[in-house]
Amino acid sequence: MVEWTDAERTAISTLWSNIDVGEIGPQALSRLLVVFPWTQRYFSTFGDLSTPAAIAANPKVAQHGKTVMGGLEIAVKNMDNIKNAYAKLSVMHSDKLHVDPDNFRVLAECITVVVAAKFGPSVFTAGFQEAWQKFLAVVVSALGRQYH
Amino acid sequence: MSLTDKDKAAVKALWAKISKGADAIGAEALARMLVVYPQTKTYFSHWPDMSAGSGPVTKHGKKIMGGVALAVAKMDDLSGGLLELSELHAFQLRVDPANFKILAQCLQVVIAIMFPNDFTPEAHVALDKFLSNVALALSEKYR
Repeated sequence: MVEWTDAERTAISTLWSNIDVGEIGPQALSRLLVVFPWTQRYFSTFGDLSTPAAIAANPKVAQHGKTVMGGLEIAVKNMDNIKNAYAKLSVMHSDKLHVDPDNFRVLAECITVVVAAKFGPSVFTAGFQEAWQKFLAVVVSALGRQYH
Repeated sequence: MSLTDKDKAAVKALWAKISKGADAIGAEALARMLVVYPQTKTYFSHWPDMSAGSGPVTKHGKKIMGGVALAVAKMDDLSGGLLELSELHAFQLRVDPANFKILAQCLQVVIAIMFPNDFTPEAHVALDKFLSNVALALSEKYR
């Protein structure tokens, strides 16, 4: 059971309420596909991923970025029970999508970079960064839990 | 994942933009590392003050960025260029090499915060590769 301090809860809800899923999601996924290009293996049906510009302009990437980021909402709404809230998603990523769970960790890093760039130093303080990375670490762990 | 000529050029271009702020980047990244990854505090138990803006953190952040600047300069031969630093980390400091990755992540977050328009995905991949190679060079003498 994850223990959240009040400060951490405040940080997560403050950040989440100011995150535009339609903006952050596409940016984070595009960044993942550029910075960790082997992740493109999961998106062979997405069309042109040949250059960073193509990736940034790709509508399927943008749409999927929104979907993935939307999945984080489940965690935000179930902070005291992320493990169970993500059980079905975990099974899906393992059994249906066959995604190597290390990808969750690197996507979380990309999300963090994009969020940091968006919010800047006065909002994304060290304390907020700690809470945000802890939150994403819990999400990553929950998503990897049902793998067998 | 060795550095291509394109990677090297991208890192040098990014460094040219951020190097004036290097001391601030180093101090901020170190301060954040101590908060976000509290296990890293074990290496600094001799510091009276580990908070952001404190003397030890500011001074040490600057020292770390000096090492990064050296790595940028010696990019074509990181093993050779960072030999002495590797020996320092291996035999004296004995920092667990897993921490190089942790600090690299904090550096990237701070660069994203301070230089959001310059830290494009292309710059990010080049820097990530570069810092991984720096970590490798620093780890060389460990065993």
